[in-house]
Amino acid sequence: MHKEIIIIGSGPAGFTAAIYAARANLTPHIFEGTQPGGQLTITTDVENYPGFPKGIMGPELMDEFRSQAKRFGATSEFKSITKVDFSQRPFRLWSGGDEYTADAVIISTGASARLLGLDAEKELMGFGVSACATCDGFFYKGKKVLVVGGGDSALEEATFLTKFASDVGLVHRRDEFRGSQIMRDRALGNPKVHVHWNSVVEDIIGTKETGVTSVILKDTQSGETREETCDGIFMAIGHAPNTQLFKDQLELDDANYIITKPDSSYTSIDGVFACGDVQDHTYRQAITAAGSGCMAAIDAERWLESQ
Amino acid sequence: MAENVIEFNDQNFESEVEKSDLPVLVDFWAVWCGPCKAIAPVIAEIADEYAGRVKVGKLDVDNNSQTAVKFGIRSIPTLLIMKNGSVVNQMVGAVPKNNIESLLNETLEN
Repeated sequence: MHKEIIIIGSGPAGFTAAIYAARANLTPHIFEGTQPGGQLTITTDVENYPGFPKGIMGPELMDEFRSQAKRFGATSEFKSITKVDFSQRPFRLWSGGDEYTADAVIISTGASARLLGLDAEKELMGFGVSACATCDGFFYKGKKVLVVGGGDSALEEATFLTKFASDVGLVHRRDEFRGSQIMRDRALGNPKVHVHWNSVVEDIIGTKETGVTSVILKDTQSGETREETCDGIFMAIGHAPNTQLFKDQLELDDANYIITKPDSSYTSIDGVFACGDVQDHTYRQAITAAGSGCMAAIDAERWLESQ
Repeated sequence: MAENVIEFNDQNFESEVEKSDLPVLVDFWAVWCGPCKAIAPVIAEIADEYAGRVKVGKLDVDNNSQTAVKFGIRSIPTLLIMKNGSVVNQMVGAVPKNNIESLLNETLEN
C-alpha cells in the first residue's frame, strides 16, 4: 500500500498531525501501535487540557481526537510498525510481513514508562509489578502497595491507589519531590500515603504463583537495606522515548530522543518529521504534543509541495 | 462490529471456555481500564478474522472476580489463549495485533 503520509503513533501528536494532514487532503494513514490513543489512555482525569474546564477522561479525550481525524478522511489501523527503511524514496515501512510505502512519514511514537531494569521486575510484570495504576489498582483492594518515583505521575498514581489499597508507600530516591505543589498536597494529604525518602528498590521478591510479596529497599544515605512487605509495586520513574526502530536511521540525542531542527519538526532525513514526546524531553504535555503534531503536518504538507 | 466477541462470565466460563472444542482467546477487561478500551477494536477484528477457528470473548473482571482470581489476574488487559481447558499462552498489557495473531496461529497449528 502506498500513502502520501504515514503517521506512526496515535497519541495527541499523531492524531493532531492526522487532523491537519487530512484537512489538507493528504489522506494520512495512522499506525496506532501497541497503545492506541497513547499515554493518555492510562491516565484518569485530564485537568489541564484547554477547552475542557471540568476535565475529561484521558481515553475519552483520545476517542475525540480519533473521530476528529477520521471525520476528515484519515484512516488508521491497530498495527505496529516493526521496521523502517528511510534510506530511499518512497520510504518503506513494515508491519510484520506487510510492506507499506510513503512519500512522507510523521513519527509520533511517544514515550513509554521507564522500568528499573531488574530481572524480577520483568519476570513479575503483571504479577504484582505494574506500570499502570489506573489499570491494575483494582486488584489491590485492601492491600499494601508501593509506588516508585517522585514526579507528578508517581504522586498521581499514589493518590489514585488510595481508592483501593489500604496502605500506599511512595519510594523516592531523594528527600523531596519534584512533582507540582497541587499533586504533592493531594498525595501527602492522604492519610493512607506515606513516604520512604532516600530509598531505592534493590530487588523485588515473589513468584508468578504468589505474586509480589516484598521489596528490598536500600537507603541511599546509609547504604543499609531493608525488606518491606507489599502485595504490589507500581513503577512511575519517568519515561523513555520509543525510538528503537529509528536508532540507525535518524539522529537521536544522548537520551535517545529524535533530534528535530530548531523551530520545526524536521528530522535528520528530509521527508521524515517527528512530533510529540518522541522528540520532547522538556515539556511532555498533551497540549505541547498536539501543538507539535500540527507543526509536523504543516511541515510535511509544505515539503511535499516543494518536491 | 463486535458480534463475534462473546461475553464470558463466572457462570458460563466452564461451558464456553474450558469445555470449548475450539481454542479460546479470553480478554480480561473492565470499563474503567483505558488500555482495555484501546485494544477492544483489535479483539473485535481478531474475532471476525478467526471466526469458526478460534472462539473470542471478553470477561469483565468487575463482575466476575471468581474467574479473574482463579487465573491469578493482577493486571488488565490480560489475554489468555486456552485450549482443551488449559492456558497455553498469557499476554499482559496491550500487545500488538501481530503478536496475538502469531500466538493464535501457533496454537492452531499444534
